[in-house]
Amino acid sequence: MAHSYQDLLAQAREEVPEIQVPDLAARLDGADAPLVVDVREQSEWDEGHVPGAVHVPRGFLESRIGGVARPDQEVVLMCAGGNRSLLAGTTLRAMGYGNITSLAGGFTRWKQSGNAVQVPRTLTPDQRARYSRHVLIPEIGEEGQLKLLDSRVLLIGAGGLGSPAALYLAAAGVGTIGLVDDDVVDVSNLQRQVIHSTERVGMLKGESAREAIAALNPDVAVDVHATRIDRDNVLELMSQYDVVVDGADNFPTRYLLSDASLMTRTPLVHASILRFEGHASVFLPYEGPCYRCLFPEPPPPDLAPACGEAGVLGVLCGVMGTVQATEAIKVLLGAGDTLAGRLLVYDALGMTFTELKVRRDPECPACGPGARLEFRDYDAWCAGVGRHVAVGA
Amino acid sequence: MSTVRIPPVLRQAVGGVRELEVPGGTVSEVLEGLYAMHPSVRSQLVTPEGELHRFVNVYVNDEDARLLSWLDTPVGDRDTVLILPAMAGGSAGT
Repeated sequence: MAHSYQDLLAQAREEVPEIQVPDLAARLDGADAPLVVDVREQSEWDEGHVPGAVHVPRGFLESRIGGVARPDQEVVLMCAGGNRSLLAGTTLRAMGYGNITSLAGGFTRWKQSGNAVQVPRTLTPDQRARYSRHVLIPEIGEEGQLKLLDSRVLLIGAGGLGSPAALYLAAAGVGTIGLVDDDVVDVSNLQRQVIHSTERVGMLKGESAREAIAALNPDVAVDVHATRIDRDNVLELMSQYDVVVDGADNFPTRYLLSDASLMTRTPLVHASILRFEGHASVFLPYEGPCYRCLFPEPPPPDLAPACGEAGVLGVLCGVMGTVQATEAIKVLLGAGDTLAGRLLVYDALGMTFTELKVRRDPECPACGPGARLEFRDYDAWCAGVGRHVAVGA
Repeated sequence: MSTVRIPPVLRQAVGGVRELEVPGGTVSEVLEGLYAMHPSVRSQLVTPEGELHRFVNVYVNDEDARLLSWLDTPVGDRDTVLILPAMAGGSAGT
């Protein structure tokens, strides 16, 4: 037997209770506010919506509701006039959502009653096309993508780790990328530093990276800092950014960055590489351990060869640099569990990923409760001056 | 016999292998077993006073041995002891 639209609507009205606009408005101010899910189309949502509401177009309701609401959660569905939301309610009930109501009169009545309306900042049509695969992910969505576009990430080094990290952060639409590197592209870099190219050998790495990023994503602004990071410039540089990605090639810089990240309270995404092995972690100042909780002292130079001396598998940089880009994006979005409190050890020869627990050291001279944090002479300290005698190798 | 994972910087001292099976019931015994097999490792990990250098982290499975019972931490047959000095490499220009 065929059912008309009116039949379906009448049936839905029997199944799904309605909530009136004044009741919803009052409840949204309270502690037990229900989740408001707006099932209208994108263009309707863009013209304004109930503050705090979540947008799930009705066509995607079944596939996306799991990402925004639990079956036992109280959900108020709404549309423009209150009919589509009733029909959506029958769908959610069939999916086992037990506490569903529909906003009577929908957004039209909400607005007519003089309630607050939020007009969202939106992606441009070009951006919506470019970032469509991000927007589809519930943890990112349009809101998350806008957050990335507003974000600023500082990369220390446009080399092995910085190259893949910068490319993926740029592709992801991180709005501003700062690159600190005073080096020029050398032909021996190209085995792993994929942001550069043969024709740009001899060019400043920051400028070479800027060209690659501009070709990939014109949305991204690139700040080139053609300098070595040191005690005199680190605080000013770091405080301009939301996250710092550490791709430094030496211990003095790594300890300097760790201390400066505490001073400026800037999250630090760490990775280091040698031959076939990579380490990665995230240091969230005063929330998780810092680099000095993990490694209180640097090893002596003979136990700490640089890649220029000991070599590094080119593609290892790709793995670890993209781990850093992933973690930077998660920190920016506040999504998922970062590597804070964990050290990821990747052994490319064995193709194993090992996770080690890293805890805050209550005695940490940098982030411990009694610590008096100040810059030191990192070069002398890492060279072992006044710290330990050189050990024979 | 527990498995000891050797970091890249120490591999030359142990003949290039990534892992070794080493006897011993505690971290201390396992490290001594390692030094007995490859004496040059000792000079890289241990101070002249006989202490492990502060820049060397030792993990038993995924836990920092310093937060367990340090050198007395028991090590069983199925455990992995991981020696982990910090690595600096990142952008290395040339």
